[in-house]
Parts: sequence; C-alpha cells; structure tokens
Amino acid sequence: MDYILSIVVLAGINMIAVLGLSIFTGFTGLFSFGHAAFVAVGAYTSAILTYYYSIPFPLALIAGAAAAGLVSLVIGIPTLRAKLRSDYFAIAILGFGEAFRVILENLEITNGARGLPGIDNFTTLPIVVVCLAGSVLIARNFLRSRWGAACIAIREDPIAAEMAGVRLFQTRLLSLAVSAVYCGLSGGLLAHFLSFIQPVMFTLLQSTQLLAAVIAGGMGSISGPLIASFVFIALPEALRVAQMWRLVAYGLLLVLIMVYRPQGLMGYSELSSFFRKKTGVQGGQKQ
Amino acid sequence: MTAAQSPLLSVEGLTKNFGGIRAVDSFSFGVGEGSITGIIGPNGAGKTTVFNLVTGIYRPTAGTMLFRGEEIGGDRPDSIVRKGIARTFQNIRLFNRRSCLENVLTPLLQREKCSFTGAMLGTPGARKMEKDLCDKALDLLSDMGLKKYASYQANTLPYGLQRKLEISRALATDPTLLLLDEPAAGMNPEETRSLANLIAEVREKFRVTILLIEHHMDLVMNICSPIIVMNFGTLLARGTPDEIRGNPKVVAAYLGKGKKENERAEG
Repeated sequence: MDYILSIVVLAGINMIAVLGLSIFTGFTGLFSFGHAAFVAVGAYTSAILTYYYSIPFPLALIAGAAAAGLVSLVIGIPTLRAKLRSDYFAIAILGFGEAFRVILENLEITNGARGLPGIDNFTTLPIVVVCLAGSVLIARNFLRSRWGAACIAIREDPIAAEMAGVRLFQTRLLSLAVSAVYCGLSGGLLAHFLSFIQPVMFTLLQSTQLLAAVIAGGMGSISGPLIASFVFIALPEALRVAQMWRLVAYGLLLVLIMVYRPQGLMGYSELSSFFRKKTGVQGGQKQ
Repeated sequence: MTAAQSPLLSVEGLTKNFGGIRAVDSFSFGVGEGSITGIIGPNGAGKTTVFNLVTGIYRPTAGTMLFRGEEIGGDRPDSIVRKGIARTFQNIRLFNRRSCLENVLTPLLQREKCSFTGAMLGTPGARKMEKDLCDKALDLLSDMGLKKYASYQANTLPYGLQRKLEISRALATDPTLLLLDEPAAGMNPEETRSLANLIAEVREKFRVTILLIEHHMDLVMNICSPIIVMNFGTLLARGTPDEIRGNPKVVAAYLGKGKKENERAEG
C-alpha cells in the first residue's frame, strides 16, 4: 500500500510541474527543454531552508517557488526580449538548464554532486492533493484572465496578438515566470518527499519528460497533460514486473499517442467539456 | 491636437529599405478625421509596407508619422494600438483555435486594468469584470451580425465571416483610426457591395476614421474619398474618385503603358 501511495504522491508532484510547463508550452506556444532547472531551484531552496535554517515547511515551499520564479527572469529577460523565435528559446533554455545543474554540482551549500541527504519528510498525500488542487484552480483562473488570454493569443498568432494590444515580451516573460513557480513548488514537494536530492535528478531527461507529458496530453489543455503525466509516472511502475521492457512500453506509448492523436490526448479541449457537451450547454456563450 | 484642421494621421517623408530595396520612398500623406481614405496601386507598390510601418510592425528607415499630433514612429505595435490605431490583415490573422467570442474578448481584456492576484484567486470582482466584458464582446458581435457564431471556433467560419470577425476584433481595441488591408480580397461582387455598406456603417456606429487598401475599384470609387495612389513606393496621385479616374498617370500605372507613352502622359 505504501508503494502505491508513494507512486500517487510522486505522480501528483510531477503533475504540478507539468501543469506549469503546460501554461508555457501548451498555452503560450514556447518550447522549453530546461524546466527541470526550475524544479531544481525549488527543491534546493526549500530543502536548504528547512535543513540548515529550520524554516517551517510551508514557508520553505513558498520560498522555493518564488526563487524559481526569480531565476526564470534571469534566463527570460535576455532571451525573450530578443524576440527569439520559440525554437531558439528552447535551445537557449536547454543550455541554461544544463549550466545550472553544473553550478549545483559545484556549490558548497548544495553539497555538490553528492547531493543533500536527510531532508525532513514533510510531504504527505493530503499536502500534495491540496497543492495540486490549488494549482489547477489558479491555472484555470490565469487562463481566463487578461494575461491568459494574451498568452493564448500569442500562441495563435504573435503579430495579431500585438495588434490586439498584447505586450509580447511582458506576456511571454510572465508565462515563463508562472510556469517556473509551478515547477519550483513541485521541486519543494519532491525534496521533502524523497528526503534526498542531488543535481543529477534534474537533467535534460527530466525536462524532456515534462515536455513529453504536455505534448502527449494536448497543447492547450489542462486536463490532458495531467492525465498524461499520471500515466507516464504510473505506467513504468505498474510494469515493473516486466523489468527492462517497461521502458520500451513507455516509449511505445509515446509513439502510439503521437501517431494516433497527434494533437495529444485531449487536443485543445478539456475533460469537463465532454460532460458539458452531453448536456447541450456550450462553454463561454451562456449569458 | 495642434489645430482643428490638422489631419488625424500625417506621414512625412516615410522611407523603408529592405536591404538594397527601397519599398517605400519618401512617401507623404495625411488622413483627415472621419474620412474613408483609400490607398490603391499596382502589386508591389508598397501599400502593405506603409500599413506595417504605421502599425509599428516595421521600423521606418526615415520619416515622421504623427498620429493626433504625436510621433508614433519607432513605437511598439501594442502601444500604437493603445494610442488608437487598429488594423486587419491582407491574409486574415485570427486566433484560429479560439471561439469568436474569445477573439473579440482578448483585446477587450487587454484594455482593462485589473489586479493580478484578484484574477488568480477568482475574486467576485474579477469574475464580474469578466462577465461584463463577455457581455460587451457579445454586443460587439451582434453589432457586426456575428452573435449566433459566438461559440464557433474562428477558423470554422466561412471566409467572409472571418473577415468580419477580424474587423470586429480590431474594433474591440477601441480605435480612432482603423486600417483595413484588402478587406474585399477574395469576395464576389455581391459580397463586396455588402462589405462596402458594412464599412460605411462601421464608420458611423463606431466613429472611426478608415484607411483602406483595396484592389476592387468599384468599392474604392464608391466609398473612398480621398484616394491615394502609390507606385514604386512613392505617391503617384491623390484626389477624389473622379480626379483619380481621369488621371492619365494612374491609368498608365495600372495599364502598364510603354515608357514613351508614360513620358507623353506626364508631359
């Protein structure tokens, strides 16, 4: 039972990071191969705060999320201001993510490549559920707001968005910062669940897995990436009996989704819209 | 405003180079408040480039652009929009995978000052503002005869309605000057006539000044005055429809007379 519980907790933690990346990639249309760095910022900041300074866990979580948001500005301001096309940005942030990991490996306070052991085990299932529910709610509000509408407009057509009064640079930067905050929160929860973190846990592979969940789940959907993220965490575990073949199954699943649902599991719609359609009420037009 | 008779938009010596090619060459024109000004000219004359310069998508190489007496050259597109210039595009640019309502709602939302935390937490105030703007967007759609398509995804609309939706979205930015880049492109004569009526209606209802590029001469001759003729990035002629119709230089530019005949027309 503990084993299943831990998988559910891990999936929940991963879902928060995927949700963040979904705002940036799915709704703003910018690809990122470096969001694991923001997870790392959240994990290390919150872990260092509780480990060395005995800061209360909720405060450490918030600090980790805020630190991730701030770090995202460091990479976001120069790259997004330059109006780099989205593929160039993906490469720039890839370099940033890897460089950041090397920094973590060489700092004293992070205990270098050996990692930080013995972090207090504060993350429980209820805490993850509350954080995830809050994250979904805020993401939904964000996407409905002026800023979310601006993000989606940029994804659809950056030039038309500007002519609709959208500030291109500020909106992209905000979207990056919001997604980084989500990743930072996810990192803080992760550190206090595993009670051990080391830089090698936050590599390009992790960034790619986050991105894979967003793309397989559907760009422009909240529920799709959440489902994909859960499946991607749970499936390799469920198939553990099959030993090495489980990773083949994981790869096969990704390929199958991309072949049969190139728009992702949910495409551009939400799980809730299926229920709404059945009752004949369409979203957004009811007065 | 410097003087009552000064034009809403006044462009002086506007020049734009793309590498070695001079797309717009010290082009000057003015748009009077309340007018429907037409820009015509052969393909490649630089008409759309002028639109891109006025809306800040390109930076001018040289020249000044005064909008309500204020220099707008070098401003970012979104700040020019906020000053009151909106546009549509030659090849329609909608937010394709969003509903018609959301297409119009997006610029409405951008004009609103709202609290970030309030919106994130979904406070009653933020909710109410969203609802009010939704109603406003629906009003605008019904003014443009698009109300029943409010929940349709934009790229599922027929071509003519997509054009209308794009004009609606431009109007949602609350412009003083509306630039329409070939609004009748791809329309049959009947659709073109109803578009002409729509443009005249829009000017009355939303009190906007209109500057439009068009190749459908019947549309231009019917609703535009004055008409500006461009050729090779420069001003060829300017005048009322009758003056333009009788101008030998314009006829030559369009029918492509030989060099000799051109000289004769000028002389």
